[in-house]
Amino acid sequence: MNETAMTRREWLLTDRPQSRLQARLGRAYVTWGRFAANRLAVIGMLIILGLIVLAIFAPLLAPYSPYVGDLAKSRLLPPDAAHWLGTDDQGRDILSRLIYGSRLTLQVVVLVAIIAAPLGLLVGTVAGYAGGWVDAVLMRITDIFLAFPKLVLALAFVAALGPGIGNAIIAIAITSWPPYARIARAETLTVRNSDYISAVRLMGASPWRIVLRHIMPLCISSLIVRVTLDMAGIILTAAGLGFLGLGAQPPLPEWGAMIASGRRFILDQWWVAAMPGFAILIVSLGFNLLGDGLRDALDPRGSSQ
Amino acid sequence: MSTLLDVKDLRVSFPTRTGVVEAVRGVSFTLGRERLGIVGESGSGKSQTGRAIMGLTPEHGRISAEKLEFNGIDLTRASKAERRALRGKRIAMILQDPKYSLNPVMSIGRQIIETLRTHEPVGRAEARRRALDMLAAVQIRDPERVFGLYPHEVSGGMGQRAMIAMMLVAGPELLIADEPTSALDVTVQLDVLGILHRLVADRGMGLIFISHDLRLVSSFCDRVIVMYAGRIVEELPASRLSEAEHPYTRGLLNCMPKIGVDRHPLPVLDRRPEWAL
Amino acid sequence: MSTAERRMPARRANRRAFATLKSIAGFVVVVATTYLGLLAVTFFIGRVVPIDPVLAIVGDRAPSHVVERVRQEMGFNLPYYQQFFLYVKGVLQGDFGTSVLTTNPVMTDIRRVFPATMELATVGTVIGAAFGIPLGVLAAVRRGSLADQIVRIVGLVGYSVPIFWLGLLALLVFYARLGWTSGPGRMDVVFEYTFTPITGFFLLDAILNRDWAAFRDIVSHIVLPGSLLGYFSLAYISRMTRSFMLNELSQEYIVAARAKGLSETRIIWGHALRNAAVPLVTVIALSYAGLLEGSVLTETVFAWPGLGLYITNSLQNADMNAVLGGTIVIGSVFIAINLLSDVLYRMLDPRTRTR
Repeated sequence: MNETAMTRREWLLTDRPQSRLQARLGRAYVTWGRFAANRLAVIGMLIILGLIVLAIFAPLLAPYSPYVGDLAKSRLLPPDAAHWLGTDDQGRDILSRLIYGSRLTLQVVVLVAIIAAPLGLLVGTVAGYAGGWVDAVLMRITDIFLAFPKLVLALAFVAALGPGIGNAIIAIAITSWPPYARIARAETLTVRNSDYISAVRLMGASPWRIVLRHIMPLCISSLIVRVTLDMAGIILTAAGLGFLGLGAQPPLPEWGAMIASGRRFILDQWWVAAMPGFAILIVSLGFNLLGDGLRDALDPRGSSQ
Repeated sequence: MSTLLDVKDLRVSFPTRTGVVEAVRGVSFTLGRERLGIVGESGSGKSQTGRAIMGLTPEHGRISAEKLEFNGIDLTRASKAERRALRGKRIAMILQDPKYSLNPVMSIGRQIIETLRTHEPVGRAEARRRALDMLAAVQIRDPERVFGLYPHEVSGGMGQRAMIAMMLVAGPELLIADEPTSALDVTVQLDVLGILHRLVADRGMGLIFISHDLRLVSSFCDRVIVMYAGRIVEELPASRLSEAEHPYTRGLLNCMPKIGVDRHPLPVLDRRPEWAL
Repeated sequence: MSTAERRMPARRANRRAFATLKSIAGFVVVVATTYLGLLAVTFFIGRVVPIDPVLAIVGDRAPSHVVERVRQEMGFNLPYYQQFFLYVKGVLQGDFGTSVLTTNPVMTDIRRVFPATMELATVGTVIGAAFGIPLGVLAAVRRGSLADQIVRIVGLVGYSVPIFWLGLLALLVFYARLGWTSGPGRMDVVFEYTFTPITGFFLLDAILNRDWAAFRDIVSHIVLPGSLLGYFSLAYISRMTRSFMLNELSQEYIVAARAKGLSETRIIWGHALRNAAVPLVTVIALSYAGLLEGSVLTETVFAWPGLGLYITNSLQNADMNAVLGGTIVIGSVFIAINLLSDVLYRMLDPRTRTR
């Protein structure tokens, strides 16, 4: 086939891809088309991209220092041209603190995702592939964790481990893996007895190799959707822990802790507590919109829901 | 024979993202107090014809007709409320599979009574008595017991009898049966058809029997309409089916296996684009 | 219908009874293991605390032989499995230890504060269901319309907004600026001496006492936190209602109901919603459980003297017995609600009912 005669679109959408790469790109193109048609999902993606850009370039974008303020001249200033979002009780520019705080938010969601998702994936695929009593025991443990109140349990964990953003991340991760295990197990059960898995087994692949190389990759896409949808909840839990003084400790510019410290001034200097809340709202809304859009794009069956 | 239903140039179309899909494209027929069969493969527009007469076309669908008259009532002009008052009371419809077409969380008795009390101001005891009579009329041996059962507790044949009871309890003049036996076991199909036959005859109803099964329709109906791609390709009395001229009808007839005839090669249904014009 | 089924022979009845017994036994196993799992986790948390529980009781400066004696009295010298056994035994008897902060047994404290939390969560769930179900139905019936979009956005914001922040803003606007509602707390101080709690649910108590002044005051205190929790519950309930209703409205029995000539109102509320109600019960129960949990943050903002505030106060004072006791109580209620919603599901859906 003469590739140069095809447009790029035709090349992507061809029924007979010449290489694995072409097939993958083609599928990605179709998925992207479905995703991009959803305006709200694109907005969500832009919000998250914006968050990432803010986090990476925080030192360049923040107009002031997030830690040191001018206690003499700029305490509790309302929003104006110099301080777009006002200043807090220590004279620090709230916008700069929010920009630096995006790093903490991103750190929380990324770390929780890379702890909880692989844990759930491992438990779910092993349970689904092994079956029998391994499955029964692992799923019972998963169900037990699912029946717990997540936030309260995270609180108790942090209380035991001591306050701090690291412990908050561990506590949230420990309480978030069970849904991923359930999803991974369900996906594993559907492919477990398929012919191509049997073929791999007949070639002498060990169970670990089958689970790691052939089953786990198949679970990834539904897991990504679920993790994205959970991100908003993770951000809210982390902010809640910060608000209660159990997450990031001052003077770190964590958004939940910023709300807590602005609480004293809520009556007269409302912006100190209000601005970080808006930041949390926008970012978790972004994750929710993105997650909804991803679910609809990756799983056309569920899109009507 | 008085005309019960007069349909002239009925059209049903659905706008979709890729263009307008025309499900029914100019169907005309009249119906007296007789049994009319409509036959065609799936997608031929037979079901949408029935639903348009009922007024159950999905909301985004568009209907037009030169004439759509039931007992002198112009259905194209009738308001939504007027059409609703006709449904169940004067025109009724039986759906394909009782497993899905009966409300799973309502007892069979209540579903029958609901039809009745929607259209007639009857008391509780009177409604119950008539529902039980109706269950007996569809040859259910123990109406009292079936009355209190939920749809999942009865067999498919029993469920379809309950469906017939539910639709006929208010005494309609026209019944549209959309594949009423396709979901049933072969052994129960004949029972249900027998019940339907008796009720239609006894009550002098008009019947539109929609099916993909040409033999079944021809043995059960007085007249047969064959539809293809939203149009009527042939209309003829059931008794003269063997004289059918249209190649599509002949194709449908030839699909049926006969004992003692060489079936090699298996005939394939011919679909020519010019029939759809 | 087969003749065998009509006569209902004894063997079939036996088999059904056996199936029922088996499902009850399954329930018991699930509840017991879940509860043991919960206790194992709280036990584990209690043991990994950096604060030595013995030192917390006797104080830092106690001589070492006193520390050792108390350690033995409390059983901390025993192997872990024995300690766990004693722990489970204690918890099952309602013994969560003593609160360092209040010096009361934790169980006594929780009994005092828990009704406040339940009252708030109940008001929230009632508000959430009363508005969420109709909104979800509306969104499903008018799918794709402006109303659907608005319900969707309202729901998504509810999923995304930090509850403690919204609570602060609500206090600022409706209490401090507009003066429409009362501020933090459960009731005004003036009533504290005249008001006699009976059930611990103050709204109910005020009605029982026919104390209408107190009732008005309690309502004006609960309306903000109650609506706030109600909004969260609404976000969840309306979204799930919409999805269940869309599923039901596409079913064949809806076509049949239209063919019978029923009105749209009757079809939507009497047929489709009646079917959607079966899974909705689970959703409402889960949202109630979620509100109990959300109370931890809401109560802190509104100074609502419930379990959530009790837990956060104890957290700040490293009062682990109280924190873990509160965790166990909320966990137990979660398990109970899960169980209850399962039972309700079976009762509402004739298909799962054993006759």
